[in-house]
Amino acid sequence: MTSAATDDVLVRVRGLRFAFGSRRIYDGVDLDIARGKLTAILGPSGTGKTTLLRLIGGQWRPQAGTIEFDGTDVHKLPRRGLFELRKRMGLLFQQGALLTDLTVFDNVAFPLREHSGLPERLIRDIVLMKLEAVGLRGAASLYPEQISGGMARRVALARAIALEPQLVMYDEPFTGQDPISLGVLMRLIHTLNQTLGLTSIVVSHDVAEVLSIADYAYVVSGGKVQDHGTPEAIRASRSPWVQQFLQGAPDGPVPFHYPAARSYAEELGAVAP
Amino acid sequence: MNAPLQIVSGFLRRLGEATLFFFAILAALPAALLRPRLIVQQLYMIGVLSLVIIVISGSFIGMVLALQGYRTLTNFGAAGSLGVLVVFSVVRELGPVVTALLFAGRAGSALAAEIGLMKATDQLAGMEMMAVDPIRRVVAPRFLAGFFAMPLLAAIFSLMAIGYGGAHLMGVIVLGVDDGAYWSQIHQSLHPHDVVESLIKSLVFGTAVNWIAVYQGYHAAPTSEGVSRATTSTVVVSSLAILALDFVLTAFMFRS
Repeated sequence: MTSAATDDVLVRVRGLRFAFGSRRIYDGVDLDIARGKLTAILGPSGTGKTTLLRLIGGQWRPQAGTIEFDGTDVHKLPRRGLFELRKRMGLLFQQGALLTDLTVFDNVAFPLREHSGLPERLIRDIVLMKLEAVGLRGAASLYPEQISGGMARRVALARAIALEPQLVMYDEPFTGQDPISLGVLMRLIHTLNQTLGLTSIVVSHDVAEVLSIADYAYVVSGGKVQDHGTPEAIRASRSPWVQQFLQGAPDGPVPFHYPAARSYAEELGAVAP
Repeated sequence: MNAPLQIVSGFLRRLGEATLFFFAILAALPAALLRPRLIVQQLYMIGVLSLVIIVISGSFIGMVLALQGYRTLTNFGAAGSLGVLVVFSVVRELGPVVTALLFAGRAGSALAAEIGLMKATDQLAGMEMMAVDPIRRVVAPRFLAGFFAMPLLAAIFSLMAIGYGGAHLMGVIVLGVDDGAYWSQIHQSLHPHDVVESLIKSLVFGTAVNWIAVYQGYHAAPTSEGVSRATTSTVVVSSLAILALDFVLTAFMFRS
């Protein structure tokens, strides 16, 4: 066994720095995603939670720092190597990102047909199993525009696990869901993580929902990890960032007002600049 | 002072980006050719669905050409040469150029919008995360289908313009030009090199329109405004490129 295989950490982020132009998103972030666990990444909107998933998936490149997946530095791989690595990852996009010209069945079959080389009959059985797991076998012949947003995410989930990856990343899976869909998705994510032995990263700002299923959580804000620990530890955190986030306070370390170059009084001409 | 420099540097940057993108498409073509089903699907979307506009436009342009040509030739007592005028105008110029302009408006804009929307809805990013190269899976089959469809559409346009639904209908059936003279003039005056030149123009225009369309779509900003701009840019840039390339190609062919 390699040291990577025996390591409890599947994804290791060290000294991550990333910016969009002059806007710094991450300023020296360290994270460990434990193998076989469901880890939540929490934080207010715009803190770069989705960015983190794209960095882990190698779609974007950090300005500094490293991201290792199973002992391999994601950003040192050539394109071919990166694509091989991605076969071991699944990413559930916020809106599902289903291919609109394919049926539900063909969407789930897509990665299998592209990569597995399996005969069509076997692919059919695997797809039906995955769709059964997310409760949508009956919707196999429908097109993405014929299903609801919650169903689209479940199809995307079936597609994400089609190649039986080690890691599944969920980008805001609960946003805009009605209570029934939300409950279904929560139960699915939790069940699949346990029954398939997956490692899961759930990025969300739906605190109560995510903490109820997560094994571990990181709270990210202001370009840094503000706190991390078990859900109980996060709820008991004394960090003002974490407390503002958990309580939904409009002002605090995360300011209500977006920083402006000039004061309000100056803008209104009440005082000389 | 800085603004012109910025415009020039921006143009050069996009030109370089588009050139690299073109080479990436070329590199993906062998893999795309191994999956003919994807190309056939796109041939239907790009080629077959463009047929209606090509056929109707070819007919009307042929009829207008016959009307105008007949009026002018009659002044010189040469109405019998209508076939020569029509066939040269259509095969050498109007066939490839008008087809390419219509192709840019119908298929080019659709290509740019489709790929731009796929980008805006994370479908391309989703493919990348499934370890599927979108250039190989999405762009290359569409580029190839457009490359094959353009000369076929130009040929259909030319046949419609010259034939029974276009110039022949107007010139022979309506205006009374002799049927035998019309066809024999065409037969005697049209040389294989005219057809080859027309084919070369169609292939060059098709390559240009497809390249511009897939580039604009693939590099569109992932917003509704971005997709709209990509679609508009495809039609505008393609149209200008077709006319400029037509001048260059015609100048070379005229010299040779």
